[in-house]
Amino acid sequence: MASKPRVRVPKTAKKGEIITIKSLISHTMETGRRKDRKTGELVPRKIINKFVCTFNGKQVFASDWHPAVSANPYMAFNYKAEESGEFEFIWTDDDGSTYSTKAKMTVN
Amino acid sequence: MTEKTDKTMISRRMVLEVAGGGVIAALLAGSFAGPARADAALLAEAIKRAVGDSAMNEGRITLDLPEIAENGNTVPISVAIDSPMTDADHVKAVHVFAEKNPAADVASIYFTPSSGAAKASFRMRLGGTQNVVAVAEMSDGSLYTTKKLVKVTIGGCGG
Repeated sequence: MASKPRVRVPKTAKKGEIITIKSLISHTMETGRRKDRKTGELVPRKIINKFVCTFNGKQVFASDWHPAVSANPYMAFNYKAEESGEFEFIWTDDDGSTYSTKAKMTVN
Repeated sequence: MTEKTDKTMISRRMVLEVAGGGVIAALLAGSFAGPARADAALLAEAIKRAVGDSAMNEGRITLDLPEIAENGNTVPISVAIDSPMTDADHVKAVHVFAEKNPAADVASIYFTPSSGAAKASFRMRLGGTQNVVAVAEMSDGSLYTTKKLVKVTIGGCGG
């Protein structure tokens, strides 16, 4: 189960400033190798395999994830602020569903 | 008579201890041999799948990982590549691999010139003590690599 995508983006930034963006989402990231304690059967793989960040609709950062990414995946990265606008963050699950959130930033 | 009983009890206890030790040793040997662990060949294959088999250069990458990770389920990793991050000269991607996890792939991170800095931090799983390898792809097609050994106290790949 995945939920509660959370991001931390500065509300304002100076033009040319390199900001840090932090993202976090709740997800078990089942590797497909863990055995159920009761039944002894393998728990099927279910992970978030893709994370994308866009700014004003243009992709600025992306990441492909494999089962070796920890549960409740966290990702921190940088962005060079040039203009005001909106970030969108999209996580894609193995089952095709997506989780997303947005954040606005003003550049002055 | 009592003396004799004592002796037999001690010897039985000793026998049990030795037998128990043997079982533990066998379990340890089993866990070290491990089933279907990615070896050097699988790591090389994963790297080839990600970036092809061009020549690799050393350096430019700073791989920040703990020397000893108590819990292999969440090992903090930070990877940074030295680059001006301009349209003409930037880091396109960095791929992270774990040498001895059941699968070598960990994550691929794609930067753009608007990233400003080629740096990313996340948390990864490590099934045991092993090298973590990073391979960076530059905008001119050149490849850089570095690796770091992490000692893991408790592995983190299910089970």
